[in-house]
Amino acid sequence: MNRTATAVEPPAPGALAGHGHAGAAAWEDLVTTALLGTDRRTPPPSLSAPGREAPMALLDAAAAETVRRRAGLRPARPAPRPEPAAEDPRPPLPAAAARRLALLLADHPGASGGGRRGAAPDLMELLPQWLALANAHHYAAPPEALPALLDAARGRTDLRPAALTFAGPRALWLARLNPDWRFALRATPGGGTALPHLQDTEKVQGLWQEGLFAERVSLLAALRAQDATTARELLASTWTTERAEDRLMFLDSLRTNLTAEDEPFLEQALADRSRNVRATAAELLSALPGSALAARMAVRAGACVALDHTRDTPTITVEAPHECDASMERDGVVAKAPAGRGERSWWFGQLVEAAPLATWQARLGGRTPQEIVALPVTDDWQADLHAAWCRAAVRQRNADWSRALLGTPSAPEAGGPGAVSLAERAKLLDTLGADERAEWVAGFIATHGLSEAFQLLGVCAVPWSAPLGRAVVDALNIARDAGSYPWSFSGVMGLAERCLAPSEANRLDGLLAIPEEPENASPGAGGYWAEAFQRLVTTLRLRAAMAEELNP
Amino acid sequence: MTQQGVRWTAEQVLALAPDAASRKAGSKLGAAGPWSETGSSDEGTVWGLCKGSGSKPYQTVIDIADASGPAYKCSCPSRKFPCKHALGLLLLWSGDDGAVPPGQAPDWAEQWIAGRRQRAAEKRTPDTAGSPPAAADPEAARRRAERRAERITAGATELEQRLADLLRGGLAAAEQAGYGLWEETAARMIDAQAPGLAARVRELEAIPASGPGWPVRLLEECALLHLLDQGWLHRDRLPESLAATVRSRVGLPASADGPPVRDRWLVLAQYDTADTRLTTRRIWLYGADSDRTALLLSYGAAGRAPELALPVGLTLEAEVSAFPGAGQVRAALGDQFAPPAPTPIRPPGMTTTQAAVHYGEALRADPWLDSVPVTLDRVIPTPDGNSWQLADADEDAALPLTPAARSRPGLWRLVALSGGAPVKVFGECGHQGFTPLTAWPQGADTAVPLC
Repeated sequence: MNRTATAVEPPAPGALAGHGHAGAAAWEDLVTTALLGTDRRTPPPSLSAPGREAPMALLDAAAAETVRRRAGLRPARPAPRPEPAAEDPRPPLPAAAARRLALLLADHPGASGGGRRGAAPDLMELLPQWLALANAHHYAAPPEALPALLDAARGRTDLRPAALTFAGPRALWLARLNPDWRFALRATPGGGTALPHLQDTEKVQGLWQEGLFAERVSLLAALRAQDATTARELLASTWTTERAEDRLMFLDSLRTNLTAEDEPFLEQALADRSRNVRATAAELLSALPGSALAARMAVRAGACVALDHTRDTPTITVEAPHECDASMERDGVVAKAPAGRGERSWWFGQLVEAAPLATWQARLGGRTPQEIVALPVTDDWQADLHAAWCRAAVRQRNADWSRALLGTPSAPEAGGPGAVSLAERAKLLDTLGADERAEWVAGFIATHGLSEAFQLLGVCAVPWSAPLGRAVVDALNIARDAGSYPWSFSGVMGLAERCLAPSEANRLDGLLAIPEEPENASPGAGGYWAEAFQRLVTTLRLRAAMAEELNP
Repeated sequence: MTQQGVRWTAEQVLALAPDAASRKAGSKLGAAGPWSETGSSDEGTVWGLCKGSGSKPYQTVIDIADASGPAYKCSCPSRKFPCKHALGLLLLWSGDDGAVPPGQAPDWAEQWIAGRRQRAAEKRTPDTAGSPPAAADPEAARRRAERRAERITAGATELEQRLADLLRGGLAAAEQAGYGLWEETAARMIDAQAPGLAARVRELEAIPASGPGWPVRLLEECALLHLLDQGWLHRDRLPESLAATVRSRVGLPASADGPPVRDRWLVLAQYDTADTRLTTRRIWLYGADSDRTALLLSYGAAGRAPELALPVGLTLEAEVSAFPGAGQVRAALGDQFAPPAPTPIRPPGMTTTQAAVHYGEALRADPWLDSVPVTLDRVIPTPDGNSWQLADADEDAALPLTPAARSRPGLWRLVALSGGAPVKVFGECGHQGFTPLTAWPQGADTAVPLC
């Protein structure tokens, strides 16, 4: 019967007295006649009412039958009901915060076709912060907001971890029902259900032996975070049978909780068939200052660097290696230099980068990192040597050396393209404590302005410390007075909206008015600046309100 | 929340927005930044100054106590209604974080409010006198009505002829004939002043392309159209209430002349449908004391939101008058005695089996009904292949969702809300299945709109 296309089941046979099968058959007869036309198919004799044309009689019967069938509709048989979602034990959001979340989620990017933002805050950009706050309070997400939240996280991968934490178990339950949200299952270690209990050795073994690649990666990552030794042993058990690409990914997961205990395994990986695996193993080993590889590198690098006491001031001399032998290659040194780079300086850089930084203090007369960095270097080797030390300081997360290499923020060369690039400086800053980092960047901005500061601001802790916030606002103020347009600073402005402490809003009130236009200013710039500052203040107030709503 | 007791939620405010762009623009203005001198009064007036691109701030004032939904006035040049400033101000007010303090309205706001109240009072006075102005010449009105009835009769007769031709040649031929056939017939029905018939004819047009099973659906709709034609042609032999239903289905205007029912009306759902000409807004109400469900319809030109907007989940103390006709749920909103307020009232629910029976019984009064308003108690949204159904938690029965409801974002809100547990759902139940419109999760006190 064609009726299957309509949703509700027709009356079951015999449901209505006198119309069982006969009723269904009569209806089918009507449909067939209608489809072919009464000219081609004679209607059933029951329809031939006296004095009534055949099509009219057919329509009369069909009308009665249609209403009868609709009136006799019954519910369908239920499909297997879904397993209920796991309980979310967290407390529900305060009502005001739930409303705020709905507003943030309703602000789809591009809904009004981009364009100038004016003085209104960019709500979607505040979502990450809101989620972080809500997660810090351990609130449960309101279920009706989950679809919009999952849609937002689907479009923005950077939102996913916080969004999924906040969304909780019900989001995973939903994601199993909607293919659009499958990412939630992938993003959660082990896809929510697939990951066995990590103490259950048998299940873990089973999944490790038979699981898909993605499942195995997430299993290894989860295990490594919890029990580093077991994870390494699990990997070692099948190491020789894995494909090269897989070995590389698995090896990478050892980065978490790397300890000296991992050394024998990594040493063995140095002999791997795949060059990428060898390089990764060497990199991991060099991050362990006590490892044999680090000691070998220290010897090699040490042999290249000496202190020349014969000059007026002690000076570092560099004698780069003349060849890259097999043992160096085995320890991860890449023999072939990139185009345009001298072979010897290439090898030298790799040796210094992988040598423990403590080597240098011993080798260069017990000097502090500051003193060592200040030493002159002969024959233009300074750039190579300092760059390699920077990479070593980042790799070994050595704050003392980072501090020494960064220098004072107000130094003139700190702003220029010196030995240390901005990207490297950002990485070096990352090894320092939050306060020290903010202070350094504040000093940098006070001296060099905002044009180079974006990357450095990106590594500072949010909300910005008071000195840093003040430095940024002062620098923006100076930029305005200099007569440039605010969109030259839109990156920093955007960061400030998200990162400035909301308590700074009151200090900005003086900047909201449209200033008198100085003679050399760009036309209309004053108005745009006032608008940009208004947006900044509005956003800060909104953030303060957001935080308050979540903290009733 | 010291004054006027109730603040709306952000969703309720955003539901007033005429389009998505206004919703976005309004939500951006829902922060204290651009606003100054805001305030609200106990009488339900909210006002404020919004800084725009010009030197002079816009003056925005909203009267939320008005019987026919909120009224807005803004000095901005926008032709959207309400404009983003009004939406932003309402959002600020609904946010309830002290940004809109209670106070005395400034002169510019007070003037407008006073003017409105006065006009409203003037309008009410002749109404209560009870003489509609059009009744100046009853004889002429009767003649006009007769002429229109004759035209409709001619139209219905012609339509019967076309249906007969169609069935003589067979529905299979109609599939090939395609659009032109129905478009032309629909135009003829407009000429015959029978917009109800025209709309039904136009709906026939889409059926042959609607996928498997179309001959059944086309025959059903042709038969019901034929039934309506016959109802009109023999309306003098029908009981009066059924004749009234036929008249309204054919498209004759009617007025809500039922006795006004004063009740606490819970706003169950509000949603818009739009075609190229018209935006139609449907608002479902449930009367707590009269145990009645009523439908308010309001219209806006294409692309614009209809004026009437009520916040879902709140109750209004108001009078509602029914339109004539058997089995008709349509009503008109009369006087409103208090602004919308939160409420613990929930419509009583039924099982899926009872819902199917309920629809069947409603067909007795109005055989053209596509669906009836129903509240289902304790149902679980359940995936069923590519489709979804609402499965009864306590009995072995389920109602499938309509094809339209399956593709709406509201479906996922409903599923998320349930999490596999029973929920109470209000919606429309008919021969195509169930369309969920509002849900109440277990143990929660707020209604969640699904449309």
